[in-house]
Amino acid sequence: MNWELIFGQITWNSFVFAGAIENPSLSEFIASGAGTVAVLGALASVILLTVKRWWVPLWRDWLTSVDHKKVGIMYIVTALVMFARAVIEGALMRAQQLSAVDNSGFLSADHFGQLFSTHGTIMIFFVAMPFITGLMNYVMPLQIGARDVSFPLLNAISLMLTIAGAILIMVSLVIGQFSTGGWTAYPPFTGIHFSPGEGVDYWIWAVSLGSIGSTLTGLNFAVTIYKKRCPGMTLFRMPLFCWTTLCTSILMIFAMAPLTVATVMLALDRYAGFHFFTNGAGGNMMNYANLFWLFGHPEVYILILPAFGVWSEVVSTFSSKRIYGYTSLVYATMCIAVLSFAVWLHHFFTMGQSADVNAVFGIATMVIGVPTGVKVYDWLLTMVGGRIRFTTSMLFHINFLLTFILGGMTGVLLANPGIDFQVHNTLFLVAHFHNMIIPGVLFGMFAAVQFWFPKAFGFRLHEGLGRASFWCFAPGFLLAFFPLYWLGMMGATRRTYMWTDPAYLPWLALAMAGAVLILTGFGLMVTQIVVSVRRRAELAAPLGDPWDGRALEWSIPSPPPAWNFAVLPDVSSRDPFYEAKKAGTAYRSPEAYEDIEVPRNTATAPLIGLFACAWAFGLVWHIWWLVVVSFVLMWAVVIARSFASDTEETVPAAMVKAANEAFLAAVRATPGVTRDQEMTAANRGRAIPEGWEGGASILTSGAAVGVSR
Amino acid sequence: MSLSDRLHPGINLAGTDPESHEAAEEVLFGFWIFLMSDLVLFAVLFATYAAMSVQGIAAGPGPAEVFDLTAAFLETLLLLLSSFAFGFALLAMKYRENRRSVLAWLLVTGILGLAFVGMELHDYYVMVTAHGATPQVSGFLSAYYLLTGTHALHVSSGLVWMAIMAIQVAMFGFDKRVKLRLMRLALFWHMLDVVWIGIFTFVYLFGVTS
Ligand code: HEM
Ligand SMILES: [Cu+2]
Repeated sequence: MNWELIFGQITWNSFVFAGAIENPSLSEFIASGAGTVAVLGALASVILLTVKRWWVPLWRDWLTSVDHKKVGIMYIVTALVMFARAVIEGALMRAQQLSAVDNSGFLSADHFGQLFSTHGTIMIFFVAMPFITGLMNYVMPLQIGARDVSFPLLNAISLMLTIAGAILIMVSLVIGQFSTGGWTAYPPFTGIHFSPGEGVDYWIWAVSLGSIGSTLTGLNFAVTIYKKRCPGMTLFRMPLFCWTTLCTSILMIFAMAPLTVATVMLALDRYAGFHFFTNGAGGNMMNYANLFWLFGHPEVYILILPAFGVWSEVVSTFSSKRIYGYTSLVYATMCIAVLSFAVWLHHFFTMGQSADVNAVFGIATMVIGVPTGVKVYDWLLTMVGGRIRFTTSMLFHINFLLTFILGGMTGVLLANPGIDFQVHNTLFLVAHFHNMIIPGVLFGMFAAVQFWFPKAFGFRLHEGLGRASFWCFAPGFLLAFFPLYWLGMMGATRRTYMWTDPAYLPWLALAMAGAVLILTGFGLMVTQIVVSVRRRAELAAPLGDPWDGRALEWSIPSPPPAWNFAVLPDVSSRDPFYEAKKAGTAYRSPEAYEDIEVPRNTATAPLIGLFACAWAFGLVWHIWWLVVVSFVLMWAVVIARSFASDTEETVPAAMVKAANEAFLAAVRATPGVTRDQEMTAANRGRAIPEGWEGGASILTSGAAVGVSR
Repeated sequence: MSLSDRLHPGINLAGTDPESHEAAEEVLFGFWIFLMSDLVLFAVLFATYAAMSVQGIAAGPGPAEVFDLTAAFLETLLLLLSSFAFGFALLAMKYRENRRSVLAWLLVTGILGLAFVGMELHDYYVMVTAHGATPQVSGFLSAYYLLTGTHALHVSSGLVWMAIMAIQVAMFGFDKRVKLRLMRLALFWHMLDVVWIGIFTFVYLFGVTS
């Protein structure tokens, strides 16, 4: 029997547990432990789903859904699960580096290499990307007054491809090793000569699946924003979050292709002996560096722009003020998006181009600081004279302004090729990019969760625990990463698993303390969600507007119905819902209701995701029959779907009317709350607009029943 | 906005089938964007080829030694003619809604496309057997095979798509879905011409003069 035909290169030794048996050491036990946690976690989910009889609802209501809101939530859940793994890996690396001053610590060099590779890859592709994508999915269509994205099924397929990539990385915990080439996977180290195992292949296929998913997301969102805005919603009336979504989508359309090409070329080098990036026969790794960063730099703006959008929404809502400098924020966003394609070379100043070329790219890099600075001033000025509430989201925002500026300064330092030559490849750089990504992107997403959670689920999150988690996250970040600036300047190189210089020790200890605080913060955040679910009755805000919101998403019930808007809104200004509340025209019954077409659920997307995952797994392990079969099945699903005709269903007008009138009646029957009562149980989601408390009586009673248009 | 104002890329149905025309706007715009991202992919491949065909020859043969301009010219003709035929298929769809003539034109398009892929495979065969020019020989040949191979793969998937559309035309006739799909396939097919013209110019013409 030829096992290789069936199992490819998988052998008994590929399983992580074999390592612990054959070569018992702490490093191997930790690896096996992680593998065990992955297996047990999967098993526990299966048991939970079975015991609670959740399989059918999971399949029927979630996995097969093409509703942008559910797709968005699934993206964010994926991001949080992957975050749990990657943040633990970060802390583990901190612990290793602390314990490895003048000895070799408790992890093997190879294990450490896998840790920074999975940590970086997961954080970028399977935490940050799905987080922003999920958020844009949930919020953007609601803000532009649309019933869904332009291509709902494609949206679900993007999600499933991303999940397939995430699963592949999780599988690598149990079967085989992951790459040790970092999240950038530079050849020739990742070529077949220096990395002969399956690790790099895991990286290649997981990242490729994610990047294809993101390309499709980008085009879907861009088309949605161009074509699906509700009547009156001109581009310059869109909330800023929609602008940043648009720019991010455009970046995705342009920037993901170079990554896909780079990973495919690397795969061809490894699988078929091509010579794109090899040392001999005309290969040239500089091509890889260029392609990767042609994607990689726009990628950081793909991540930060949606967060900028979140900050704009948060600061204006919790200051009860119209955003300061709307137009300048829009143009700043566009400038950043365009410039982000002109600076990629700053990632390899030291790799051989002439000083003149370096100077050009160094200056271009510094120029990006200008529009970003404009934004910071706009956010600051938005707060001036506003009615500021220090909610969890707002605390994150203020923390963002303070720390992001520092990170930006170190970025400008690094943009000087002369300085970069000194600190490149050190922990200074690691400190810099964590300084941008954590307070900027990650905390931006956390703030967004606090902000939009009541919209998605109909109840607020427990505020006290939210603030507690903030007070761990924010100082935790400072402690964990500011010492790394010093370490970097002392010469501590990145991706290093042991040290000899005892002077590093105190700084490493501080950084470790910070990592522990961050873990605590994450624990508190999870607790916050659990506690809030338990106390959802007391935190309920079904009427949809707990924060005195400004854009359209706050004008509909929480959670919103499948069709979002009973009647498509017609807007005539920015902040349309806020203006309507002030004018007393919010919550009016429409003249007439119409039938609404919504797409039916379909198994297409999850099946494609499943076969894509199997296909990638087959490629990693050279299981050729699986590669062929799953590839054929994947396309068979697509083709079969193209023959289906009955893909939409109609929600009758009467049903829409009943639901919407019940909602409106509930709103009218509920007294609104002022901002003082925002965090009390009185806040059911009906807000008295700030500064209009005097006119509250007109707004509270049933008197405001009226007909719009 | 009146219907005929809402123009979109490719053939427009405003005059003959307003309902499909209205539905086409968003879908065709989406596909147009997809083609743009596909073109970015080709742009990256071209850039790689540009670098590799100069610096990546190593000990292997150079472009002038392995390319056959006559074959490339015939391939160009085949592909452009097939696009021409597809244009007729769409005109027949728009003005006649006649299954037979659309299917006949699709058949012509498909045969020409198939001949193109066949000739290209033959090119590869000659290169490998006569010159030993496999992609494993040098960076230049790796880039050449990837660029032309990606294009050939696109053409081949276009052919599969075309076969499926032929079945759907036969099964469903010209309902809205089928029309919109044919219109998108046409854009795809024409885009592959544009890419091929780039390949013909930059790879073959520049190559033989190098
Ligand atoms: C929240 C707590 C986090 C901790 C404690 C942490 C810790 C670390 C450590 C210790 C390293 C290795 C540094 C070295 O090279 O010596 C690292 C690398 C890295 N981290 Fe984090 N990190 C955290 C969050 C994040 C987040 C949120 C992201 C991105 C969304 C991220 C992205 C990366 C990347 C891209 C690398 C580089 C990996 C490589 O060298 O290829 N990290 N992190
Ligand atoms: Cu950069």
